[in-house]
Amino acid sequence: MKMAKYILKRFLLMFFVLFVIVSIAFILVRMLERPLPDGNAAQQEIVKIRWTELGYFEPILVQYGIYFKNIFTNWDFGTSWTIKYMEPAWDLLVGRLLPTVLVNLYSLIFSIPAGIALGIYAAIKKNRWQDTFISTAVMIFVSVPSYVYAFLVQFIFYFKLGWLPLTVYSLADAGGSWFTWPMFYSMIAPILALSFGTIAGLARFTRAELTETLTSDYMLLARTKGLTRSQATSRHALKNAMVPILPMIISSFVGILGGSFVIEKIFSIPGVGNLYVNSIFQRDYDVFMIDSIFYTLIGLLANILVDISYGFIDPRIRMGEK
Amino acid sequence: MAENINMNIPKEKFRFVQENEKIKDKKFDDKPIGYFKDAWIRFKKNRASVVAAVIIILILLFSILTPMFITTHDNSFMVPQYQRKPARVTALRDSIGLLDGGVDRTVTEPELIRLASMGVAAANYDGSGATMQEGYDNYHSPLISVSEPTVVLNAKKKEVNQYDIRVDTYLEVGFLYDSIKQEDLQKILDFEKESGLKVLYPLVEANEFNPDPTDANNWYKAKKIGNPVYINEKGKAKTLDYSLDMVLEDNYKRDENGNPIYYEYTGGGDINTAQYKVRVLYYNYYQYLYGFEPNYIMGTESQGYDMALRIAGGIQTSLLIAIFVCVVNFILGAMYGAVEGYYGGTLDLVLERISDILNGVPFIIVASLFQIHLAAKVGALPSLLFAYVLTGWIGTAYRVRTQFYRFKNQEYVMAARTLGARDSRIIWKHIFPNTLGTIITSSALAIPSTIMSESMLSYLGIVKLGGATGTSLGTLLADAESRWIQFPHLMLYPAIIISLLMICFNLFGNGLRDAFNPSLRGVED
Repeated sequence: MKMAKYILKRFLLMFFVLFVIVSIAFILVRMLERPLPDGNAAQQEIVKIRWTELGYFEPILVQYGIYFKNIFTNWDFGTSWTIKYMEPAWDLLVGRLLPTVLVNLYSLIFSIPAGIALGIYAAIKKNRWQDTFISTAVMIFVSVPSYVYAFLVQFIFYFKLGWLPLTVYSLADAGGSWFTWPMFYSMIAPILALSFGTIAGLARFTRAELTETLTSDYMLLARTKGLTRSQATSRHALKNAMVPILPMIISSFVGILGGSFVIEKIFSIPGVGNLYVNSIFQRDYDVFMIDSIFYTLIGLLANILVDISYGFIDPRIRMGEK
Repeated sequence: MAENINMNIPKEKFRFVQENEKIKDKKFDDKPIGYFKDAWIRFKKNRASVVAAVIIILILLFSILTPMFITTHDNSFMVPQYQRKPARVTALRDSIGLLDGGVDRTVTEPELIRLASMGVAAANYDGSGATMQEGYDNYHSPLISVSEPTVVLNAKKKEVNQYDIRVDTYLEVGFLYDSIKQEDLQKILDFEKESGLKVLYPLVEANEFNPDPTDANNWYKAKKIGNPVYINEKGKAKTLDYSLDMVLEDNYKRDENGNPIYYEYTGGGDINTAQYKVRVLYYNYYQYLYGFEPNYIMGTESQGYDMALRIAGGIQTSLLIAIFVCVVNFILGAMYGAVEGYYGGTLDLVLERISDILNGVPFIIVASLFQIHLAAKVGALPSLLFAYVLTGWIGTAYRVRTQFYRFKNQEYVMAARTLGARDSRIIWKHIFPNTLGTIITSSALAIPSTIMSESMLSYLGIVKLGGATGTSLGTLLADAESRWIQFPHLMLYPAIIISLLMICFNLFGNGLRDAFNPSLRGVED
């Protein structure tokens, strides 16, 4: 009951924060002049008439009312004018979601087990050469920016070895679906580039948590009552170490919706991040708004989920207590 | 027994333990170790952090010293003819063969002849006729080395010779047409006399033997580029076969006496505005224009700026942004967090909501909004700094607030208050020093994340920091995009520098964090 109340409170607060952010962003965006899309004078005249009808030339506060009215009554977040003429912004965003999610999901499926395994191995071999090696590699891989991996992956697997394509195939090249084998094959390079950082981060975190639990008193007790080292590690230390690791994994699952701007640009993945960057370059402000709302919501949701999952995973942590 | 205890000791039997000397507190032999000294001692023990700090200093020195050592030109020096060229230092090339500005290629015969002809042309400027071998030996031959031919099948299943060569990409530019004024013409002639370098070369006929009259390198009679011909006695064009003794037949413009023509009047009225078309050997023309040979220790970047100077400038820009952001966020965060934590209650609640809201906005959105709104008015760099300052302090404020909650109810604070200390004194003199360690650590770790996000925003093109006088590391990387497979050095140097900076600042920050954490004292030993 206390938990339910806490969750409710967090969500209400989240929507409040979201509302304020969206309002500020809306006002800032609508203060900007809207460029007319390309086309001849007649077409631009039509666009102007449409904009007048849509209320784009009203005072900002009136526009603000119209915007929220449209969202709540028609689920209408505005229209794209330059990226894809007359396409509803919501449809545009939803269409870009799948590639982003797929690439990131593949990467997570690959990197979560790898990261945890590396971390566990390093913790067990603490202060031996295996640990030193993994820890050094992890330190380097955590620090180096993801686009450097992207270039490395392109250089090695495309330029030197010729195993992988330079960029992700377009939908037409891959047989019309995001789930075909050629599509997956062309996604291997961005998946690799995304994975290095995740693996390293997770390995470092796992190692730190596990070394702490491995030296705790209950481990000594477990050993004295006759468990072997591996039994004690898997039954007691690992379970306790997982408490902070699981929320991290949960938040990264939410984070995959956001994806990575740079990786999407380098491998030309038609995803949400690419849409965002394009909406800035082409001054497609309705698309920019919905993409901003999307990213803000993702960030806020990830925070809440992490806090709540702590409470579920470890009953000793009471959420919302003073 | 009782009498014994109460035994009367005469007063004069008592005497001081230390007669003739004063009692003093014992002086410590060594100096007291304070919080910061303790941190410093433990930081020094962390070898990785010390190495990281040294590397950071080296990178910093590189960025400061490079512009001092490169005296011939500055970071706004741009040569469009030398874009994306690899590193070249003539002194090193001549002594140990490194940094020759060359790239390795595999070419077929026509391409080899095209390249070799540049050296031949440089040797054969008066149309006297020079062999291929003389061309190779010429200083201006772009061919650094040529292998023995290997026979391969081409697309038409014909056997052709293939050569592995190394080409000096600076000399490969070869000859160019330029349009100059009369006075410049005279200056060039003076320069030629003075330095002994030949700049002007004969103009070329635009006839049927010139496959591409816009390219000043097609100076010999050829059917296609790289397929030289000679005119036999019957006046027919025959293909020349490649050999080291081959003499190319020149296609120079000549006057009625048979002397080659070096310049041609193209337009303009009086003596000041008249334009002359000339054909220049660009390598020497460069020396005429700027007064030195092309020497670039890291090559040139995609617009023709000196890569080393651009990188040095980029490091400075990135570090300055990072340090500025770090300091401002330190100050803002400390004040905000102190007020929040010290006063608590409703004020805390309101301030927390405000920072919650600011914290909820993804940084990329803040940065883009600032760029769209302000970049045109105040410039890209200030708008980026505003964006950082708007949300960057929240983490620091949060940490300071937690520390204040921890310390504000302790006895020494109450004692200070009882003695009548003002709020500001309690905040800054009594509680704030306790939070310093955590803030310093978080600020040090904020440097790499600022560098990272700055380079990301520049790379995406949301922030455009590239200009005539400076750039940032992310902009250099963005310039290299899509071309770096052919020109790896465009990507290599900025990527290495930025990776090193990130790794070292992270190590350095971790070292600081461990050093400032008193609970870790003695754990390492």
